[in-house]
Amino acid sequence: MYGVSTIFWRRCTVGTSFMVVNRVFVALVLAAVATAAGSDFLPVVAGGGDGGAMKAVTQRTLEAANDAAKLALGLVGVLALWTGVMRVAEQAGLVALIARVMRPLLVRVFPDVPADHPAMGAIVMNMAANLLGLGNAATPLGLQAMKHLQTLNPHKKTASNAMVLFLALNTTHLTLIPARTIALRLENGSTNATNIVLPTLLATACGMAVAFMVTKLLEGRFKVMPDEGQPAADATVTDPKGVAP
Amino acid sequence: MMETFRAATSLVADSAIPVVLAIVFAVGAWRGVKVYDTFVEGAKEGFDTAVRIIPYLVAVLVAVGMVRSAGLLDRVSQALGPLLSWIGVPPETLPMVLVRPMSGSGADGVMVELMKVHGPDSLPATTAAVMSGASDTTFYVLAVYFGSIGIERIRHALWAGLLGDLVGMLAAAWMTHALLF
Repeated sequence: MYGVSTIFWRRCTVGTSFMVVNRVFVALVLAAVATAAGSDFLPVVAGGGDGGAMKAVTQRTLEAANDAAKLALGLVGVLALWTGVMRVAEQAGLVALIARVMRPLLVRVFPDVPADHPAMGAIVMNMAANLLGLGNAATPLGLQAMKHLQTLNPHKKTASNAMVLFLALNTTHLTLIPARTIALRLENGSTNATNIVLPTLLATACGMAVAFMVTKLLEGRFKVMPDEGQPAADATVTDPKGVAP
Repeated sequence: MMETFRAATSLVADSAIPVVLAIVFAVGAWRGVKVYDTFVEGAKEGFDTAVRIIPYLVAVLVAVGMVRSAGLLDRVSQALGPLLSWIGVPPETLPMVLVRPMSGSGADGVMVELMKVHGPDSLPATTAAVMSGASDTTFYVLAVYFGSIGIERIRHALWAGLLGDLVGMLAAAWMTHALLF
């Protein structure tokens, strides 16, 4: 029992966590090329099949790279607007004010982040924007939060517990009004486009609760390794319960 | 009741941005902040961030685009269908489950396709709509958020995000069935 779980956790926490993005990336690309190759080359040998998969993949690969650049550059305006507004809000003391109101709850959720830190303010603003369905506003606020969390992070290339928890809550955020989905449903002739609001809210709450619990359960298992040229990992980030100062 | 709720929430969503701008600038001016100078200085940072995420976005969108265009998703959907029906998820919604964590526009595409094939208020189309709202483009968010500050070791972030998505989408299927059908 102990042996098996130890090996399992070693694989998951040391091997996979460092490599997972690299592996997923390579696996996706290889699987796509293999599938396309299969549906193009097998018919040549066995007869039948329509082919053209490789051509579609070639086209999509180049389009996707192009889309990525367009998407990022398309963000410049809104991103600049919000980082500008946030800078004013910060200087005016508004972010600190909101953070102070939310302090009792957030201190419990993010024990590693000081209550009056700008990261706390950015996290609250990001969550509020997500709740209102303001996706365009939420992203820059979230990036701001990550930047502030990075200043608290002793190992600059490794995610801190607070960052992972913030992202887990961010990707499962509660949405009051799924506006884009409702618009799509109306456009396609739905007679009751808004009936999805309540089930969406309840389902998101389930996802958020699970993401929170999974994060808290796993953070002690995924040890922080120091960056090259940095001193050994400190007790703060390897503390299994994440409650050390 | 529903109409009032809808009107109230859409009013909040519509006016949130201008109201926030007005409050922030008013309080800033009142507290003696040089609002224009401070705004411009902060906005420069936004430009840098947008440029910095391009390489990460290229990697993620290329990989996802290749998988979708190769027809790999369709094959996986066919293979997993029976298992999904057994746990109460309409098998037609599997493309949504697979695409949603990777691509928001891809998920919209799946939703529109289901509405066209099965009808806009059918169980598969409605379930997919709830699923879409109950989860997020986790791969994209992780790539962009971690990429913007140079984090390379993401520890348990992918597991937590994907498990949250998975449970959110399972709950979406059950809630849709229980509340609407």
